[in-house]
Amino acid sequence: MVTETTSAAIDKIRCDACPVMCYIKPGAAGACDRYANHDGKLVRVDPHVILERTVSHGGKLVPFSRTEDWDGKIVHEPSTFVTAIGAGTTYPDYKPAPFIVSAEVDGVDMVTVVTEGIFSYCGVKVKIDTDRYLGPETATVRAQGEAVGHVTTSEYGSQMLSLGGVHHLTGGSKKEGRVTCDTLMDLANCKAVELTIDGGATVVVQAGQPPIVNGVREERMRVGCGSATIGMFAKQWHGKVDEVVVVDDHITGVLSEHQAGKLLDIADTGIKMKGRRSTPGRYFQVADPGTGWGGTNISDPLAILGPFDAKEARPGLTMLMVSTTGEHSSYYVLDEALKPVETEMPADLKFSVERIQENCEPALCTVLFMAGAGGSLRAGVTDNPVRLTRSVKDALTRVTSGGAPVYVWPGGGITYMVDVTQMPAGAFGYVPTPALVAPIEFTMKLSDYAALGGHMDYVKPLSEVQNGDDVRQLPWQNPIPGPRA
Amino acid sequence: MTRLPQIALLSDGRRLHLQDGPIDLIIEARGRADAVRATYEAAAQRFTGLLDELCAELPALRAAAEERTSLRGVVARRMHAAVAPFAADGFITPMAAVAGSVAEEILGAMLGAAALDRAYVNNGGDIALHLGRGEHFSIGLMDRPDRDGVMRAMRVDADDQVGGVATSGRHGRSFSLGIADAVTVLAATASQADAAATVIANAVDLPGHPAIVRQPACELQPDSDLGARLVARHVGELSQNEIAAALESGAECARQLFDRGLIEGAVLQLCGDMLVIGPKDIEEQRTRPRLPKNAVCA
Repeated sequence: MVTETTSAAIDKIRCDACPVMCYIKPGAAGACDRYANHDGKLVRVDPHVILERTVSHGGKLVPFSRTEDWDGKIVHEPSTFVTAIGAGTTYPDYKPAPFIVSAEVDGVDMVTVVTEGIFSYCGVKVKIDTDRYLGPETATVRAQGEAVGHVTTSEYGSQMLSLGGVHHLTGGSKKEGRVTCDTLMDLANCKAVELTIDGGATVVVQAGQPPIVNGVREERMRVGCGSATIGMFAKQWHGKVDEVVVVDDHITGVLSEHQAGKLLDIADTGIKMKGRRSTPGRYFQVADPGTGWGGTNISDPLAILGPFDAKEARPGLTMLMVSTTGEHSSYYVLDEALKPVETEMPADLKFSVERIQENCEPALCTVLFMAGAGGSLRAGVTDNPVRLTRSVKDALTRVTSGGAPVYVWPGGGITYMVDVTQMPAGAFGYVPTPALVAPIEFTMKLSDYAALGGHMDYVKPLSEVQNGDDVRQLPWQNPIPGPRA
Repeated sequence: MTRLPQIALLSDGRRLHLQDGPIDLIIEARGRADAVRATYEAAAQRFTGLLDELCAELPALRAAAEERTSLRGVVARRMHAAVAPFAADGFITPMAAVAGSVAEEILGAMLGAAALDRAYVNNGGDIALHLGRGEHFSIGLMDRPDRDGVMRAMRVDADDQVGGVATSGRHGRSFSLGIADAVTVLAATASQADAAATVIANAVDLPGHPAIVRQPACELQPDSDLGARLVARHVGELSQNEIAAALESGAECARQLFDRGLIEGAVLQLCGDMLVIGPKDIEEQRTRPRLPKNAVCA
């Protein structure tokens, strides 16, 4: 470390990009703010892209290869896709996009306009797979104490947050903007972020990882609440067991009382549940929340049952108790005193428990980055920005973000969403505005590009870009984003 | 090796963008279509090679200005002429006027090619103006070039005798010895405005104040013309009185320049506070803007 610092301190370089011939210290930029010294190497930066960000991306341009073994064939290599990451940006509104790359793909003249967009109108939509209560709708979501977003609503089995957006980025205090920007960038770069919700929980969110709610890591996303599970599996249990209880923190289901059981003419069993009955066969609050069965605090499921009613119950009656995720299960037979005695579970019931497990997917946090490409960004691509919008809508132009497919919202402008886990590591940066810098690529036929007023003078063959020093090659998981249907 | 500047019309089809090394010009001319075309061609032609001319004399341009000069290039000599009036009062190099001098040179080349109703050459905030009879420009003042948004607007009319507007401060590309967020100067020429803005911005200061972090310029940029002189890097929390005192010290400097006929006016901005010096039309036609009480100094 010490050696590194020492050598870096003397490692100023002389830029030969123009006759000013600036001496540039490590980590600093020359008089033009366009060229900088990164570890003794001259790199091109853009006035509005800070050096740290460019450095962290190892250069300005990142072509991707589907395979590790790059064969050097570029021109007709369909798996080569130039992304915008590190391309630099064209903000403010007057410069042509830094790289407008042409490549011959399948004999068609293709153009990728590579730019990095600065998005002050942007945010992330976070889906957290958990049924745990995170906070009331519209509650403020905070990072480091600053308001960075809000709770929107619940989707089935998941809680939804909306973070960022122009009001938090630029509408509040300076600190709010900075913290929001940091939070968005970390989430978009798949880093873990701790969020606290006013009147609710503290949750650690990381794209592609299970959420950690109030310190407890969520394992599986249940297939449904206890009642829903009864509904889904009633037929499979019919004739194989007399009673089924699906233990759940939210709604515990009881087969014989449940509508699904009634429809199958399942007889009453004299079972007595603790907790508050909602509708037949559905019980709230059978226990306190916890990390035991079905998100409750119990380890012995019989604790939620009262004594069986002797009028309906009979010795030899069979009962399955299972948690909503299938992680816990027990099988019982009533003895002469109508007490449940745990017994080895028959194979076909084991099978049904495994089926429940199979239907409970791993709980994840998913982060969708969402932003609108403003007119100035589009102007970096073409002389007539609205034609680019129309071209995207007409499906002549494919939009990708770091090579990942995006969903373009219908309506005006180019507002898109992208799953950040599909993007290469470190794809996002920021500028002190504050705003996020995200890659965005527009791919189209060269002839279409010319027709929409493209900056034809700036089109470079792919080979020229690839021979540059600052090209980083990464294996690429995704196929080239295909034409939108 | 031939190195050509970037020459392009912006996407609006009206403005011309010229860029070479650290010089980045946005130009707009208004007049007859053929006149505009001719002046744009003249601008591009004059711009080509201009940076090389300057760089040929770079060591002398980065040295402290003296009364006499051996500089030869027309732009270099203009830079020197602009800073010469300040040479007796303290350290200044011709580089303090480089941006304005380049803007002025390009505007001159344009007006030599054809007559225009009005035109400007904006060199990163140092602007050369041409106003024909009855024309005016509305000029936005920004206190922080690293942020969006025009803070205030002022109007420059043809009979104001203002040919240059320049802004200097600690947020720009070049370093400042003072702490001003922005000092905007109106002067007869862009080169004079540029030099004066530098001098006034240097004077907006609170010497020895503990909340101000300073660093030798050469540690930041090895070949800075400021050498080991301390430049302001960070300004911490300042009280309203301290802000007023720093502005007043700059205003004192600006008033002297005004009395000497070197500037037509100046607007000094620090931590959301603002002081206007000079022409009556700025102070009287524009009510003094309400200052944000919660302005925070970064």
